[in-house]
Amino acid sequence: MRPMGSTGFWCSFVAALCCLLGPALLPRAAAAQELALDRWPSERADDRAALQRGAKLFVNYCLNCHSANQMRWSRLRDIGIDEAQIKSQLIFGGQKVGDTMTITMSSRDAKNWFGKAPPDLSVIVRARNTAEHRGTDYLYTLLRSFYADRSTLTGWNNVVYPNIAMPNILWQRQGPREATLTRTEWEERASADGKTSPKARLVRVVSVFDTDGNVQVSRSEIENGSPGMEVTFAPRDPKSAAALDEDVADLVAYLNWMSEPTAAARYKIGVWVMGFLVVFLLVARWLNAVFWRDVR
Amino acid sequence: MGLHKTPYRGLMGWFDSRMPSLMSAFRVHMSEYYAPKNFNFWYFFGSMALVVLVIQLLSGIFLAMHYKPDSNLAFWSVEFIMREVSGGWFIRYMHSTGASFFFIVVYLHMFRALLYGSYRTPREVVWLAGCAIFMALMAESFFGYLLPWGQMSYWGAQVIINLFDSIPFIGPDLSTWIRGDFVIGDATLNRFFALHAVVLPLVLLGLAVAHIFALHDVGSNNPDGVEIKERLGADGHPLDGIPFHPYYTVHDIYGLGFFFLAYFGIVFFAPELGGVFLEGNNFIPADPLQTPQHIAPLWYFTPYYSILRATTEGFLIWIAVCALGLGALMYLSLRDWRLRLGVAGGTALVLALLTIPKVQLDAKLWGVILSGASAMILFALPWLDRSPVKSMRYRPMWHRLVLGVFVAAFLVLGYLGILPPNPVRTVVSQVATAVYFGFFALMPWWSRLGEFKTVPERIRFAAH
Repeated sequence: MRPMGSTGFWCSFVAALCCLLGPALLPRAAAAQELALDRWPSERADDRAALQRGAKLFVNYCLNCHSANQMRWSRLRDIGIDEAQIKSQLIFGGQKVGDTMTITMSSRDAKNWFGKAPPDLSVIVRARNTAEHRGTDYLYTLLRSFYADRSTLTGWNNVVYPNIAMPNILWQRQGPREATLTRTEWEERASADGKTSPKARLVRVVSVFDTDGNVQVSRSEIENGSPGMEVTFAPRDPKSAAALDEDVADLVAYLNWMSEPTAAARYKIGVWVMGFLVVFLLVARWLNAVFWRDVR
Repeated sequence: MGLHKTPYRGLMGWFDSRMPSLMSAFRVHMSEYYAPKNFNFWYFFGSMALVVLVIQLLSGIFLAMHYKPDSNLAFWSVEFIMREVSGGWFIRYMHSTGASFFFIVVYLHMFRALLYGSYRTPREVVWLAGCAIFMALMAESFFGYLLPWGQMSYWGAQVIINLFDSIPFIGPDLSTWIRGDFVIGDATLNRFFALHAVVLPLVLLGLAVAHIFALHDVGSNNPDGVEIKERLGADGHPLDGIPFHPYYTVHDIYGLGFFFLAYFGIVFFAPELGGVFLEGNNFIPADPLQTPQHIAPLWYFTPYYSILRATTEGFLIWIAVCALGLGALMYLSLRDWRLRLGVAGGTALVLALLTIPKVQLDAKLWGVILSGASAMILFALPWLDRSPVKSMRYRPMWHRLVLGVFVAAFLVLGYLGILPPNPVRTVVSQVATAVYFGFFALMPWWSRLGEFKTVPERIRFAAH
């Protein structure tokens, strides 16, 4: 016999949940000021060619300032690069295939030069996962959001990570770009008598950074709109900029793989485990039915 | 020859005549332990909790073989386990997923007790041991969460240990004593490892044994709340009982099938569960110089964390109003003048500590007191519930509504604890806090009200 109706419990449960959560979640839309991230083409996650290109880019461009202390060179065999290729094409220093991807720059020097030691990239994709976004999308957007800005130490700035210490390391591949940052925000207006009026106004600030990093700012009041940030890039050479998007997608694929090289095995074994468990469940169900037949 | 008489033959007989207590324990707790035959879905979670405990102990042993409790090595030794130790990722994910599943299973197990009054006489000791297990489990997971030495590990522990600072007079010294240093450091990590890997597992095992012994002494409750021991058959066994083994062993194995599908589904396909089971921030090595923007404990602590955050300066006056109301209600319900005097004095003291300047405790300390109380109040449940029947099945319909609102408030507190606070969320968590405490504090009154149905003499059961 089924237990007597639990409808009452569920009704009050759902009603109370809605009453409490409704107001708690409402202000979310208003608070969404974060820049929307581009989606990393996730089909590259297990695309061997993309992973190999990404590994090459990683070794050439990242692995001078950033280390990957947990990543052994020999592990690259998992994505189809054989030992001879690793030795001849990827390892530039005197390292052995069994060594990990370390760098020679000391973190003390790095702090002096950049103000901050570049983080180890072994698990960087997982480290950048948050409740709001995936680490892969974040890095894919970050690495494509640099713009020239004379006001910073390196001459580069970033829309996703303002005042980032890292320069745009891939700029030669990307070619020069002009960036237009449009920020819409509420501004408190001070009225003539010095008191702040209760009514704030919407202001649109447009900053245009040319390819040399010089900026021209224009402000205007607008009637309606919502606060937020928009960015457009105008590349001088659209072809190389588009090629760079592909490069970064491959690079992020590699970083994603490197963050958990065992993931592929995990999925593969997982399918078998699930299959076994379904059989286990059926046997257990049958066993249960057989034993309970004599319970009256 | 001094041998015990044994019913068994062969090797078993040889052994049993020399150590009869093993098979006698098997009979007492398994083959001759009579359990009500009308257990439903909610009765799977006790044995599941035991299975999760075993998973945690076994996976923990293998993790400890490779883990290094040293502030310079800890983070990377976990990553070493994930990459270089064969099957290491599997062991680690079993352990991290197991921690969350332990709480899921235990929360469902506790909900069952609320639903069917499993903490009522004669099962108070079972309940108290269970509450002690829950406390030990929270301590165990708190200590364990520091060990990966990521940003969240570090700053989560920082926030919790700093709470002790708010205790008057001894607070700062106490938190230094807990850390073993002025900041969380190597000393803290080492002692947390000792507590996590040795002390609390032993405590948990001991308490689990106490929980099961106490249960098997008084017998299991059931969805009807009928005491099956009051109706014995000619053989001296309960008429409505069946031997735990084999009937409930096969039954629980069947339930475990579903559990394993969910558990291994997460272990293999979503071990981070979108940052709920493994947070992104915890893949960054602990950095004492860089505070993360948003610090939240893991999901199973967030209801209590929400209560902590909900206790703001402005909320104290509302607590005072509630305390006054509760005091008045208790005063009017009691007859004995000595008890009345005690209630009046106690209420006056609480009000003074809440409102009078200079005597008043600060909001942070009240937050610590309330979030502590929100967990500790569970111990009092057997004495708060005054309903004439145990099971929700025979209690007034609106009692279910009360339970539903309570569970919703608990989940909302948990959910808001994950999110960063804002003014609206603070108010909502204050309302939910009031519901949470109101459920328990007013239980002596509301649980008696309404029309109760007649509890049948025998359990209701239809053969499968």
